[in-house]
Amino acid sequence: MAIVKTERHPELPPPVSQTGVIGWLRQNLFSNWWNTILTLVSLYVVWEAMSALIGYTIINANFAGTTREDCTGTGACWVFIKARFGQNMYGFYPEAERWRINVGYVLGAVGLFLVLSDVIKDKKWPAVFLFVVYPILCYFLFYGGFGLPKVETSEWGGLFLTLVLASVSIFVALPLGIVLALGRRSDMPVVRMVCVGFIELIRGVPLITVLFMASVMLPLFLPEGMNFDKLIRALVGMSLFSAAYMAEVIRGGLQAIPKGQMEAAKSLGLGYWQAMGLIILPQALKISIPAIVNTFIGLFKDTTLVIIIGLLDLLSVIKSGTTDKNWLGLATEGYVFVAAVFWVFCFGMSRYSIWLENKLHTGHKR
Amino acid sequence: MNNAAKASNKQDDIAIQLIGMHKWYGEFHVLRDINLTVNRGERIVVCGPSGSGKSTMIRCINRLEEHQQGQIIVDGIELTNDVKKIDEIRREVGMVFQHFNLFPHLTVLENCTLAPIWVRKTPKKEAEATAMQFLERVKIPEQAHKYPGQLSGGQQQRVAIARSLCMNPRIMLFDEPTSALDPEMISEVLDTMISLAEDGMTMICVTHEMGFAKTVADRVIFMDGGEIIEQAPPQEFFENPQSERTQLFLSQILHNA
Repeated sequence: MAIVKTERHPELPPPVSQTGVIGWLRQNLFSNWWNTILTLVSLYVVWEAMSALIGYTIINANFAGTTREDCTGTGACWVFIKARFGQNMYGFYPEAERWRINVGYVLGAVGLFLVLSDVIKDKKWPAVFLFVVYPILCYFLFYGGFGLPKVETSEWGGLFLTLVLASVSIFVALPLGIVLALGRRSDMPVVRMVCVGFIELIRGVPLITVLFMASVMLPLFLPEGMNFDKLIRALVGMSLFSAAYMAEVIRGGLQAIPKGQMEAAKSLGLGYWQAMGLIILPQALKISIPAIVNTFIGLFKDTTLVIIIGLLDLLSVIKSGTTDKNWLGLATEGYVFVAAVFWVFCFGMSRYSIWLENKLHTGHKR
Repeated sequence: MNNAAKASNKQDDIAIQLIGMHKWYGEFHVLRDINLTVNRGERIVVCGPSGSGKSTMIRCINRLEEHQQGQIIVDGIELTNDVKKIDEIRREVGMVFQHFNLFPHLTVLENCTLAPIWVRKTPKKEAEATAMQFLERVKIPEQAHKYPGQLSGGQQQRVAIARSLCMNPRIMLFDEPTSALDPEMISEVLDTMISLAEDGMTMICVTHEMGFAKTVADRVIFMDGGEIIEQAPPQEFFENPQSERTQLFLSQILHNA
């Protein structure tokens, strides 16, 4: 006998116990007596840890004053960070010239915001500004020229130097990484061999070695009298190092694009570079976003390694501050501060990548 | 218009010519001595068991695969390693794939206008107008601003056809265009192809849709083991196949149909 359904089943709301705050709590935290105990114990541990941390960093901390003696509370002595704030931020950059750095920050922030956010639809001009005009502008602004007094790079330091290292390396590593990744997949044997050789060589050694090579070994090979700035050598080392990593990340993305995409592009008459630039790379970079940002974040933190070739980035400035005889014994405050600054930047990058992924999502949302 | 002018200038009735064409994948001899002439406006259906080289053959025609011996002449241009000639042929030969191969990061409209804008240097406005015409023709103008991932398989394949047509090709190649579709979507794609055929487009279609072959094809080609075994008008092909292999193949697929 055939069974035929004639009426459509009405649409019903989901069961109440599974929705809302209470439903969620019940299902996830208090589903049985064992989970209830675990939840309570965890809450207690989190409470203890957080109250200790907040007590140390905020409630019992010392903010006011200018010297070590002003730190009378039991918590952190932020006076230490405050008193040396200029140095922490700018290194030994002359105080009278620090406005130049701030102007650079503001311009960079505006440029980044226009390129990365959705405020402007046509991003051609902001991109030209950020990637062409801004770097040149920064060179003269930070280093000097056009009437601005020269500030040697040995006086650069603090968070400023960290940001210079990170942004230049990121700025160079991404395009260079794309070129290396394409080269590694090229049909031309020489190009492929050069790219593979470069990537494997650089990836096979620690960053510290690369920095040492750049700062100690390189001058030995250069002719007498020819000498690059120490900062430039560090920048070249870090950029090449991260480019090698970036290349592998992007190659992973390229491999995930089905062959049919290239075939469709070719069958429409697009050339190699058109197909790459319009079809393959936009998709490959999109799926590589998490890994690319991961590399950026790693790179940002790796900038602290320049301490070993004597550049004074944020960490080294703070570290040298802790050995100041007026501020002995405040290493914890210094490291907590450095950690907080790095966390803000890295967390920012991570959130941006999530936002970007969602924005570029074009299929069905699950 | 441009195409029509070219055609009358050339006074050339042959669209595609394969002469003694061979292809190897490494040691494996996939295509053996393929000889085929396709006249302008002719509709050809290629069938055969899987692995018989049907797809490889039509992919050689727009150089997605390279042949190692023999000649391929498309639209009066011989395919060689000359990149310029390859690009010239690809502009005139449209291709529709089994898995659609739409660009997922672009909207339907952008999929259709990309090649005209970048390859033919058509102004954007004009390219969009043309694209909308062809989207109307394949009956999905309302989907123009959606992304391919939001469409059904049948709709995606119709977009793929529209995308090829936007380049104003003189020849269309179809590589199993309905094989990846759910059964209820096959007819919408076949209808589109039939209307294209009625307009006189030169077509080579690799397909297992024997109904399509019977109604549309001027000639049916049967391939097996990398060789063209038999070619005949559809009626003759289905009613009176000459070779044993063709008979076996037909009995197998028609048994299932």
